Amino acid sequence: MTAIEIKDFEKNYGEIKAVKGISLDIGKGELFGLIGPDGAGKTTLLRTICTLLVPDKGSIHVNGLDVTRNISDIRMILGYMPQRFSLYQDLTVEQNLRFFADLFQVPAEEKTRRLAELYRFSRLEPFKSRQAGALSGGMKQKLALSCALIHTPEILILDEPTFGVDPVSRDEFWQILQRIREDGTTILVSTAYMDEANQCDRVALFFNGKIPAIDKPDNLRRNYKYPLFQIQATNIRAMAEFFRELNLTHTIQAFGDTLHISFAQLPDDNLWTQWQQQSGGILRSWESMEPSIEDIFLDQMGGADESE
Amino acid sequence: MNQNEWAVETHNLTRRFGKFVAVDKISLQVAKGEIFGFLGANGAGKTTVIRMLSGILAPSSGDAQVAGLDIYSQSEKIKTRIGYMSQKFSLYEDLTIEENINFYGGIYGLPPDLLAERKTSLLERVGLAEAARRMTRDLPLGFKQRLALGCSLLHDPMIIFLDEPTSGVDPRARRNFWDLIYETCDLGKTVFVTTHFMDESEYCHRVSIMNDGRIIALDEPFKLKKKYNKTSMQDVFITIVKNEIGRKQGEQ
Repeated sequence: MTAIEIKDFEKNYGEIKAVKGISLDIGKGELFGLIGPDGAGKTTLLRTICTLLVPDKGSIHVNGLDVTRNISDIRMILGYMPQRFSLYQDLTVEQNLRFFADLFQVPAEEKTRRLAELYRFSRLEPFKSRQAGALSGGMKQKLALSCALIHTPEILILDEPTFGVDPVSRDEFWQILQRIREDGTTILVSTAYMDEANQCDRVALFFNGKIPAIDKPDNLRRNYKYPLFQIQATNIRAMAEFFRELNLTHTIQAFGDTLHISFAQLPDDNLWTQWQQQSGGILRSWESMEPSIEDIFLDQMGGADESE
Repeated sequence: MNQNEWAVETHNLTRRFGKFVAVDKISLQVAKGEIFGFLGANGAGKTTVIRMLSGILAPSSGDAQVAGLDIYSQSEKIKTRIGYMSQKFSLYEDLTIEENINFYGGIYGLPPDLLAERKTSLLERVGLAEAARRMTRDLPLGFKQRLALGCSLLHDPMIIFLDEPTSGVDPRARRNFWDLIYETCDLGKTVFVTTHFMDESEYCHRVSIMNDGRIIALDEPFKLKKKYNKTSMQDVFITIVKNEIGRKQGEQ
């Protein structure tokens, strides 16, 4: 069964083409990720699914319902966490949570259980009497997420819920999403964190209003065409410069204190030893590696014109 | 290293809001020319520290010097010696490139001849000399990043505070921005940067990790990885912060 069906969807803002004709089906119970930077068109797509925008071309159906016609029916089954903070700044953390619980008519017993669970994951309990407006950026995100989760909707739409959220809280947040998914909820989530793709059943890489790839994360990895190596060096910047001048590489990217280098052709061991000497010993080690989603995304962006 | 070498030095710096201790006796030194990664969990107090170091918020107790100036008595002067840039690149989209530079020059109170001189050199450095009259909104992201960072350096500050400069940015633009950070460092500036991308923390000379108002780790990234026997700073961060949370729960 399809939960969300998107066909040839296009959306423009004046002359700006925000989404340039995308098609995508999201299955019931799927945890689906839209992976891409700000300005790629993710929010436009999510807002249209939530019946807040109307497509310029193409169609979107939610549980078979048309987003331009069955607006109130669709809103009944959706939970939506917008990207911009939309809670009551002058209510406390707990008041906001209780307000949203009441709005969605969560039964009293369920509400108590849910509050405890959400406090545990968000670690917001010590701040429960603080006004929402006085929370730090990341804590606001956690509160907004908690409010979207307080009733358990059939389809959950989350627009960059982990924006500005620290690694520990991101980790915990995804554990929660996995649990909600196990209850059968369909989840569509956008993120600019590439590593979060691994948590999804399927992902769409989103860039410049287009989707260059849709697949399971493992399949995306398998389809990466170039031999890829993780390289350690005594001086990363000098090492990158060395390989750039060699002109044999497809991509050279810094990843923390290592380089990921992909080649047009698989270099043999002799070549590596030769490079080690040529570089004056900067090259410390090299190891063939599986591409991460970030490697794949960078590859898909390829020579794409930044100004587009 | 004597104390004149520090760009930032704090001793037991503390800030309370009512009963809540947002920043709890933090002591750290950032060397001149250093890229210092200021990491932490959400709500740990990072922004409060940055606001104090920027001279915007008075501490409750403790001491700090920024660019050699005292944050209690010389907070106005501090503002002239630091730059600040947040995640939004803070440029006006509907102004031309030149108008944005003039605007920032005006805010920093640069005299007209000095502004003209710095504008020319900034436009050249970012490769926009021919495009000064173009609208900022038409610029590719990479140029916007360069321009925004350049604007926050117009008054030639000693230290620049970058508050999550790469949040929401695509992976290529993120890497380009770090090239710019290194360029800024090469100009002799001290860079004080926050990020939630742990791979980026490895580009810093040293990092601190904050949780619940305290600094719970401070060292070079490779030393932290060695100490905690992890291969990435992401794992180090998660380990340190989770240990701390566990320890606190044990106390309760």
